[in-house]
Amino acid sequence: MKFGVIVFPGSNCDHDAYHVVSKNVGQPVDFIWHKETDLSSFDAVIVPGGFSYGDYLRAGALARFSPVMNSLKDFAADGKFVMGICNGFQILCEAGLLPGALRRNAGLHFICKHVDLRVETSNSPFTSEIEAGRVLKLPIAHAEGNFTCDDETYSSLEENGQIVFRYSDEHGNVVESANVNGSQGNIAGITNLDRNVLGMMPHPERACDDLLGSSDGGDIFRSLTRSIEACVV
Amino acid sequence: MKAKVYVTLKKGVLDPQGKAIHHSAELIGFSQLADIRQGKYFEISFNNGIGEAEARETAEKIGRDVLANPVIEDFSVEIEG
Repeated sequence: MKFGVIVFPGSNCDHDAYHVVSKNVGQPVDFIWHKETDLSSFDAVIVPGGFSYGDYLRAGALARFSPVMNSLKDFAADGKFVMGICNGFQILCEAGLLPGALRRNAGLHFICKHVDLRVETSNSPFTSEIEAGRVLKLPIAHAEGNFTCDDETYSSLEENGQIVFRYSDEHGNVVESANVNGSQGNIAGITNLDRNVLGMMPHPERACDDLLGSSDGGDIFRSLTRSIEACVV
Repeated sequence: MKAKVYVTLKKGVLDPQGKAIHHSAELIGFSQLADIRQGKYFEISFNNGIGEAEARETAEKIGRDVLANPVIEDFSVEIEG
């Protein structure tokens, strides 16, 4: 089993993701420079947070033209696992690997704090070890996390169980007051139709150690590891 | 030959930046404003010898493939000789 972490110019959560995979998850992991095109040695690729290309044009808009992205599309089409976190989620939406778009937060502020998320489904490789309905505490740190899509797309996301995380209160109630950035349907994370590509605005890689205020993120990486094992073995 | 490309948020897509600008304009006394929407403006300069039709086609392709996100944005192109 091997994880990869893509590094774009301006990525800044790449080392956190690398650290969590190597130390907390205990699996082999390599950085992937965005100009590389061979992903054949990897089972899962993390598209990390940060400010790829300085967020020029729109967050994630220029990263999608990096050479690695064509390979990532093939990688995803092969059913391998792709996990986009924060800027990584924005990149996956811009690249068309996930539906929708992430706009400026409704309140215009850059928001950096721990939030509560309700896990909507265990039926994804990223949440298979987490009971649906459980509330995770994870940090967010973004200015453009306001998920939006047309009504037709939203209905299909709901019908197909592609909505994995929603902003909620600490008891798991999905209410408007818990909707930190104005996202449609309080969406914090979605998968593609085949469920092998996840995008989420909160940072599980920053919440894998109690010292950091929460270790809930570890369950997401643990789920992913189990899912890879199930495929590899 | 130059192309001017305007990228705007689609109708109905909330524009919190435009709202904040609208609010600020009202604060200094502009009370007759119904709405302000923020967009982006790009100038694309072409090499000598390109015809208007080719310039327009190229600018529209750049608008579609690079400058605008079709989920939330529209764009328009003007060509200037």
